[in-house]
Amino acid sequence: MPLKARAFSYARPTTMVEALETFAASGEDASYIAGGQSLVPALALRLQAPQTLIDIAHIDELRGIELQGDWLRIGALTRHCEALSDPLIARHAPLFHEAAPHVAHPAIRNKGTLGGSIALADPASEFPAMALAMGAELEIANRNGTRRVPADDFFHDLFQTAIEPGELLVAVHVPIVRARQRWAFDELARRRGDYAIVGAGILADFNGDLVEQIRLVFFAVGNTPVRAKAAEQALLGRRLDRDTVLAAQAALVDELAPPDDEHTPASMRLHLARVLLGRLLGRLSEAA
Amino acid sequence: MSTPVNISLTVNGEMVSRNVTPRETLADFLRISLELTGTHMGCEMGVCGACLVLLDGQVVHSCLMFAVQAGGSVVETIEGLTERAVIADIQDAFHQRNALQCGFCTPGMLMTAYALLSRPGIPSRDDIRDALSGNYCRCTGYESIVDAIETVARRRVLAGRQLEEAGA
Repeated sequence: MPLKARAFSYARPTTMVEALETFAASGEDASYIAGGQSLVPALALRLQAPQTLIDIAHIDELRGIELQGDWLRIGALTRHCEALSDPLIARHAPLFHEAAPHVAHPAIRNKGTLGGSIALADPASEFPAMALAMGAELEIANRNGTRRVPADDFFHDLFQTAIEPGELLVAVHVPIVRARQRWAFDELARRRGDYAIVGAGILADFNGDLVEQIRLVFFAVGNTPVRAKAAEQALLGRRLDRDTVLAAQAALVDELAPPDDEHTPASMRLHLARVLLGRLLGRLSEAA
Repeated sequence: MSTPVNISLTVNGEMVSRNVTPRETLADFLRISLELTGTHMGCEMGVCGACLVLLDGQVVHSCLMFAVQAGGSVVETIEGLTERAVIADIQDAFHQRNALQCGFCTPGMLMTAYALLSRPGIPSRDDIRDALSGNYCRCTGYESIVDAIETVARRRVLAGRQLEEAGA
């Protein structure tokens, strides 16, 4: 098995405009590389073999973490280890903070980027799902300008997002958590750092004990992160008592269609999704 | 296509300038061009941790980046850490505790241990295991590696206290 990339030429732009122009000039046979923790193995296995590699890691416009009114702007080049350590993310976009220790291993977290993870949209990855759970918006740039796409409209299919060829993910904008919101994250994996068998995150607004709004997102159960809307409906306007939790767990049967593979039958994944939901709702009750 | 690119970077404290082909990984560059063969190549896909190096002070997989991406950076390999004697106590503890057999994974293990022990405090055994989650060892069963790292963590904190007391 050749574990070496096919030959390519290398470009290192320092502005977004330069990067977008370089892609256009390549005849669209180019890949952007940031942290490269998924791309480099894909190149080594020749799942991808672009003529040009455009290194976007030195573009300042893609950096930075800052509060902008009711939103936290997280530059696409923010690394996984920063999602773990940055105080603004911990406070205002807590599901990224809670998911970060589960993302791969320490050395991968030192290089891999939040924007790269979301742009790749691996269905078993934590950050794309948590972007959806927090109702984030993804800022995308092309040669005509930038636009913001709500996470609900961003994930189209397996590894397919609203990002068109040649476009760049600039930043993730997260609505900052409010006083009445509670959240919970967890995943089930054979070992820490392995891809999850199933994982989930919840962000919910409470009025006293009652669930007023809720976003419940599962990952590793389909081609994209999945918002479990039937389970959300079962929880809306209710206290998290035993019957409500059971109803939400039961609702998952109709809306999750997890894949079957040699390690994990679909029925086991579905069972584990119900177990996980029960645990997360238990934590939300305790967080009151 | 694939024109060689001249890169300059600092490796183990020395400025290095070389032509590289863009598809050459940092691991291959270190091993072949610079003959720093202490960086080992196992899986070549970021799983086994044998190729870990310090890039601008942080532990990364040298198989998961191209040398050309490291232009302008500061890289330190296991040879650099060894020469600076900053891991001498960890190496000694690995030896004492038989925390290696074939030794293939050891450079990566030492890199991870170096980074973990650079943080303040004594890590728990769970912390050590979590830090080692990206390092594979096929010989030891890990227990002795965790023991060795824990031993060094305790010794360093103790030595720090003794220094403080001596100063006070």
